[in-house]
Amino acid sequence: MPNQIKVEKETSVPTEGLATPSLIPTVGPEIIKQRNYMRWVVSSISVGIFFVAWQLYARGVSQLLLVGPTAIVSAFREMISTGELLSATAASLKVLVTGFFIGFTAAIPIGLLWARFKVVDWAIQPFVSALFSTPLVALVPLYVLWFGFGFAGKVAIVSSFAFFPVLLNTYQGAISVDPMHLDLAKVFKASEWETWRHVVLPSAVPFVVAGLNVSVGHALTGLVISEFYTNASGLGGIVLTASSTFQTAHMFVPIVIIVALGITLMAGTRWLKRRIAPWAVNRTGR
Amino acid sequence: MSDPQKVVPSGSVMPPAVRARNITKYFGAERVLDNVDFDLTSGSFTSLVGPSGCGKTTMLRIIAGIEKAGGGTIEINGVSSAKDVPALGVVFQQGSLLPWKSVQKNVAFGLELAKLDKAEIKERVARALEMVHLTGSEKKYPHQLSGGMQQRVGIARALALDPPILLMDEPFASVDAQTREELHDELLHIWEKSRKTVLFVTHSIDEAIVLSDEIIVMAARPGRIISRLKVDLPRPRTEESAHLMPGYGQLRAKIRNLLTPASPQSLFESENEILDLPLEGSDIIQDITSMTLNPSVHESRGR
Repeated sequence: MPNQIKVEKETSVPTEGLATPSLIPTVGPEIIKQRNYMRWVVSSISVGIFFVAWQLYARGVSQLLLVGPTAIVSAFREMISTGELLSATAASLKVLVTGFFIGFTAAIPIGLLWARFKVVDWAIQPFVSALFSTPLVALVPLYVLWFGFGFAGKVAIVSSFAFFPVLLNTYQGAISVDPMHLDLAKVFKASEWETWRHVVLPSAVPFVVAGLNVSVGHALTGLVISEFYTNASGLGGIVLTASSTFQTAHMFVPIVIIVALGITLMAGTRWLKRRIAPWAVNRTGR
Repeated sequence: MSDPQKVVPSGSVMPPAVRARNITKYFGAERVLDNVDFDLTSGSFTSLVGPSGCGKTTMLRIIAGIEKAGGGTIEINGVSSAKDVPALGVVFQQGSLLPWKSVQKNVAFGLELAKLDKAEIKERVARALEMVHLTGSEKKYPHQLSGGMQQRVGIARALALDPPILLMDEPFASVDAQTREELHDELLHIWEKSRKTVLFVTHSIDEAIVLSDEIIVMAARPGRIISRLKVDLPRPRTEESAHLMPGYGQLRAKIRNLLTPASPQSLFESENEILDLPLEGSDIIQDITSMTLNPSVHESRGR
């Protein structure tokens, strides 16, 4: 019963973070606000301590092995001024966005057909099992062979990484439609298309968005791998060349940007979920 | 196979609102319904009670057109349900509202699918929500409503189409006791005014007595009718007044006996088979839950 699950989750939400059991019965919007504020303060302090410790530790270590945050910042300034960083980021983003887009636009319809038609299920199940249990990195040389070292090869790698989380989530979403909702459509004599439009697709939406959230992370992995194993370009390319020439500070800059990119994109997909599927936020977490 | 072929006293020429004849249904090798016959008089309130596995919900689903009977016929107001009868009103268990639609859109769902024009839909939704005292909640979403309010929306959604027959499948099984009593009173009130034919599936004897004109008692393995009882308590009733009426306790005891394994009739009917559990208690509720989540049912409808 979805309702029971929801009720359970509602009482479990306040136990996150700083809540002590005695606080649970009295949780109101005020307390949640206060707690969010406390969480933000504690997170900031923890990150602050990390940077200070890093900076202090880096002073005592060879510059070849580790540099402190200040050195990274100055390397960042330098790379901005030469324009190297901007063009690399643009190149990477182009690959990432194109690959991600191709990956999920292919995955959604296939996932829906897979869930809807037994024949499709039987036809693609072996491939999905095989590919899902294969480390996708193993296929990278194949993609390079087929699509080359350039843009197309990189996009192929990224889209293959982005594809699976969305495929599996879309499938899961479309088969886990509440049977009662399908009964309802039947009672109201909804056509096949109306059933899809009003029941199956909306109920799959939160799953698809959750898939996008996972997929973003996979796509970033695919991006870096593609830039390492094809012709070194973009942010991954800088990491590669900087490390081989022992410019440790320069190596860290693109890594930081990739991390920031990951955090931003993940937050974006979470925002998307809150925006288009507010009913499911409590059920599947933040 | 023995079947108490009780014929409903019919003085009128009007066909019964629902006429079920020889309804049989198998789930795999299990006989869920065995030659079930009954009529629902137009404008009457009838409850189906029985232990889990007696096929009461299946019976309702067959009448609603959600499931097909293995054999037998259903007529709605004299017209075979195999033909294109208008949609019936169905009130499901909790959780049947579409979470991505507002209250307004949920209640309008059936009307939109019936291709009514916009002004008409708006007016009907307003009227239905007024009946369940939810005017003003149009823009809310199901997850913002309490369980009791969700079920009110469910009732409004079924009423909005103004169906001749209302089928209710344990609609109050998962709301708390106090809310359930309030909802009983409201349902009685709505029914007094509209006089729709209602078929109400429940596992609660008390609920059945408070609400119904007639109670059909079913037994399991195979699912069949073992008795039909008139509820002669005067109307209008409320949850509170019904319990105090003379004859309430007697009727309750009678139904309980019919449903208890030790009762001679049940033993006779079941032919040495050990009957299902007694009616009340949490394990029954669990059984019902697991029945609705039956993977085979889910799969066949999910794909």
